[in-house]
Amino acid sequence: MLTPDPPPDDPWITRLDKALRDRLGDTARTWLDEALTEALNEATSPAPAAPPRWEARFASAGRHCVRREPPHHADPEAAEAARVLILCAARADGATVTRLYEHGTAAERRAVLLALSRLPLSTDGHAGLPLIEDALRTNDTRLVAAAVGPYAARHLDAHAWRHAVLKCLFTGVSVDAVAGLAERSRGDAELARMLGDYARERTSAGRPVPDDLPRVLTLTQLSPLSADAPAGLPNDASAGPSGHASADPSPEEA
Amino acid sequence: MRIFDPHIHMTSRTTDDYEAMYAAGVRALVEPAFWLGQPRTSPASFFDYFDSLLGWEPFRAAQHGIAHHCTIALNPKEANDPRCTPVLDELPRYLVKDSVVAVGEIGYDSMTPAEDTALAAQLQLAADHGLPALVHTPHRDKAAGLKRTLDVLRESDLPPDRVVLDHLNETTVGDATDSGCWLGFSIYPDTKMDPERMVRILRVHGTERVLVNSAADWGRSDPLKTRHVGEAMLAAGFSDDDVDQVLWRNPVAFYGQSGRLSLDITDPGVLHEGNSILRGGE
Repeated sequence: MLTPDPPPDDPWITRLDKALRDRLGDTARTWLDEALTEALNEATSPAPAAPPRWEARFASAGRHCVRREPPHHADPEAAEAARVLILCAARADGATVTRLYEHGTAAERRAVLLALSRLPLSTDGHAGLPLIEDALRTNDTRLVAAAVGPYAARHLDAHAWRHAVLKCLFTGVSVDAVAGLAERSRGDAELARMLGDYARERTSAGRPVPDDLPRVLTLTQLSPLSADAPAGLPNDASAGPSGHASADPSPEEA
Repeated sequence: MRIFDPHIHMTSRTTDDYEAMYAAGVRALVEPAFWLGQPRTSPASFFDYFDSLLGWEPFRAAQHGIAHHCTIALNPKEANDPRCTPVLDELPRYLVKDSVVAVGEIGYDSMTPAEDTALAAQLQLAADHGLPALVHTPHRDKAAGLKRTLDVLRESDLPPDRVVLDHLNETTVGDATDSGCWLGFSIYPDTKMDPERMVRILRVHGTERVLVNSAADWGRSDPLKTRHVGEAMLAAGFSDDDVDQVLWRNPVAFYGQSGRLSLDITDPGVLHEGNSILRGGE
């Protein structure tokens, strides 16, 4: 089987391609080959008017990227990975990701959000920002979690980024999903104030404070000039126990 | 008792309903696109509605342990409003979505030429997209409406075993059975069918190709009517297997013809934690 070449100079895509193929059965791998070939071809010679064929593949990934073992149940993680690869192969631009997001199911919207930092949006670097903002307005935690990745870390202004962190705490999305959490929180007195107010509001209502809140609060208390703050900061005594403390926030594009 | 409600408008229901449905045994449902009580005046209003059937409502359902699929269509009532008919041109981009398991609700409301056009066009869309169709039979002049529906179906490319005729009752079940289509019955507190009459129909016609739904929406309706039918069947001497066929296996078989039915309930929490394949790429 001829495997289309992934877009050059992104080893992340090569590894993702391999990890997905390892997970899929023969039929689904063939489908993926066809989808990526279509996306690559359309990227080099765009169709004039009608939506390119790969967009139909993007929509239907969920019913093709199924579990290898009978009875071939749905595999949402595999479908999501396939959609991200298709977007990368198609070198989807700002207009395309906007259309796919606006016309997309929640699963398609998640794939767009997750792919944003890998796409050549360089001519319009902020094209993905309205999509991030839209996702952060929803209460769909699948979308909120996908919105706070590396693209948001790079493009959200301070006010919007703080509200994104707070939204994660409000909706129960683990802050492990927040890319660049340690870097952007460091020395952020305003975020510290918001976290403190939220903790007081919860406490005065007799409700528990989210486990992640003290962890973020600790990050805000590091000096902005300090270069020694590790990404996986251990909790101090005031932070209390947290099962997520050692998770690796994967700085930026990792 | 495991229950698949093949026709319920969850957009109009509360989280209390979701909890009660789960407690009653509902584990899967199909939400057909229909009208919302308040008429819409532009295609964009439909598109937001369709997006919610493909995004927010499945999220709500999954939080309560219920698998959510939908059907998409321009409904017959609003097919009469020329401000809404451009929706027909945009349907193909929705009909490719993973969780769309049929075209519907289509059919007749007032039996107008505009409804003829919309019905025929959408039956063709179903055939073109490999989808079954959920066909609403009209509430007024129902028997004549069914006859006209069957005439249009015979001229379409969609075979009868890929069509469910919904909102049937004692006066229409005979012709519907003869057509070879699947038979849909909506159980309501005051109108349409009730559990005892449903049991009488099941005694005469058997349990083959029968779908029972609550069709619960924003009107006076009850999302637990499917469960009530299951209980009435058992009280009348039907077996657990009969109940399972009507309330689970029949809707799975009908909508399964789409090739898109996924009855695993994905816990919304799973994907918050990231995607292990994507992490593998890091």
